[in-house]
Amino acid sequence: MSNYNGKWKGVIDSVLTLPLVLPPTVAGFGILLLIGKRGPIGQFLSLFGVNIIFSWYAAVIAAIVVAFPLMYKTTMGAFEQIDTNIISAARTLGASEWKVFWQVVVPLARPGIAAATALSFARCLGEFGATLMVAGSIPGKTETIPIAIYFATQGGQMDVAMIWVAIIFAISLTVLVINNYWTSYKKKGRYGVGG
Amino acid sequence: MDFFVDIKKKLYEFELDVKLESKRAVIGILGASGSGKSMLLRCIAGLVKPDEGQIIVNGKIYFDAEKKINLPIRDRKTGFLFQNYALFPNMTVSENIAFGLDDLSKEDKKNKVAELMEKYNLDGLEKRYPTHISGGQQQRVALARAVAVKPDILLLDEPFSALDVHLKNHMMREMAESLKDFQGMTLFVTHNRDEAYQLCENIAVFNAGKVEAFGEKNELFQRPFSLETAKITGCKNIAKSIRLSENRAEVPKWGVKLRSNMKIETEEGYLGIRANHIKVVADCTKENCFKVWIADETDGPFRTSLYLKFGSRPQKLDDFHFQCEMSREERNEIKDPSEPICVYLNPNYLFFMKK
Repeated sequence: MSNYNGKWKGVIDSVLTLPLVLPPTVAGFGILLLIGKRGPIGQFLSLFGVNIIFSWYAAVIAAIVVAFPLMYKTTMGAFEQIDTNIISAARTLGASEWKVFWQVVVPLARPGIAAATALSFARCLGEFGATLMVAGSIPGKTETIPIAIYFATQGGQMDVAMIWVAIIFAISLTVLVINNYWTSYKKKGRYGVGG
Repeated sequence: MDFFVDIKKKLYEFELDVKLESKRAVIGILGASGSGKSMLLRCIAGLVKPDEGQIIVNGKIYFDAEKKINLPIRDRKTGFLFQNYALFPNMTVSENIAFGLDDLSKEDKKNKVAELMEKYNLDGLEKRYPTHISGGQQQRVALARAVAVKPDILLLDEPFSALDVHLKNHMMREMAESLKDFQGMTLFVTHNRDEAYQLCENIAVFNAGKVEAFGEKNELFQRPFSLETAKITGCKNIAKSIRLSENRAEVPKWGVKLRSNMKIETEEGYLGIRANHIKVVADCTKENCFKVWIADETDGPFRTSLYLKFGSRPQKLDDFHFQCEMSREERNEIKDPSEPICVYLNPNYLFFMKK
């Protein structure tokens, strides 16, 4: 994709980034249209007796759709930052495209990919709107932490909400610390400058 | 060893239109920044596809627009040395050198890397990463990495421009040694005429995507065939001239008539002489000797440039016709710079260029 420069680049790019700017409920509505009982994918799956709406699969799909643009944008940025001469050098040395990608592009984009993963993970963890629309809030099945906090607060169970808040805090902080440590370690060990 | 390029490629500002053929080992490509010389290397390596034409190296067709041949980069066997060396920052020095050696067995690979490490004076740096070694070492790693795959042609893209002067001289001598050992062709791209002269026997002068001149370096520097060649090879004194006879011409702007030992072919053309070929003499009566005034002078660490004017005393610092370069000692022999001096324009060094 980062090499593709055709006339559709702008269009493809916009479609892939759209969920980032849309309200989560709109994204949820879109997913519902597709996989809901009357949606094309939903109808196809119901032929096999499968129903994914209001199951944990739907929650996963919602999280992926909403977090994808972050992953895509950040990773793409990391790819585009790579000095094209380095990639050209690999090719003149006889490397196949496969080798160029796995041994040069991916390692050089690794800090960016790590950052993208952390951002997307955080976005998934905090997903609320789209998940609520497609997966509902079935305790023990499709109830995510943000939804649990919302309903606990609504029901006046401040102590329960507080526990969930603490858990979210702990997870988010751990991910950020690991991510920071990992990227800065890379810099010191290999890229020398800055650190 | 042979090399044939005849390509066209539309660029933003001009069209790259190059025809170059040689059986020689090292060819220098000299041209100003943005004259398309790096683009030529990229076309040969396959990083850029020409619009039309042919590229043949060592009997192997890299590109042929008519036959619809466009060999992939990885099958061309070109050793490309990038201006910024483009080492893989995620790999150690020995991993960098081994990158192109996948065809070899593990044992052979190890031996080959060790051999190159020794040859390129990199012992002890095996486990280092590129950012942890000096610029000169980085260049040697890049060269070792390129040579490791036994390329048919080595493409050097301004390899010395990132080095400081002291290191550069050292690296150029090293490069000259390495190139002697190298079995294939070498194209050496540079904008620096000293580098080109020092490293190459044959030089192609580039201007706006075209080869202005191609030939043996001494001939090229002494008798540039064209105006652009004269400028790019560093001739500072160029003026319009009118032919008087086979060996004499008049320069109206300077108000003088000059004799050259080179045949003057056209009625109107240009005359040139290098600044270091003009000598200060005592006797002003001989042919090609003139009384001139000093308008200005600039000092380098070892050499001095005088800006001189024919005919009359200059009114301003930039009121001069030509410049002359000499050593500090020679300059110090001129006692009174406000008085006119006598210079000799050696007819052996005066050359004419067609329009």
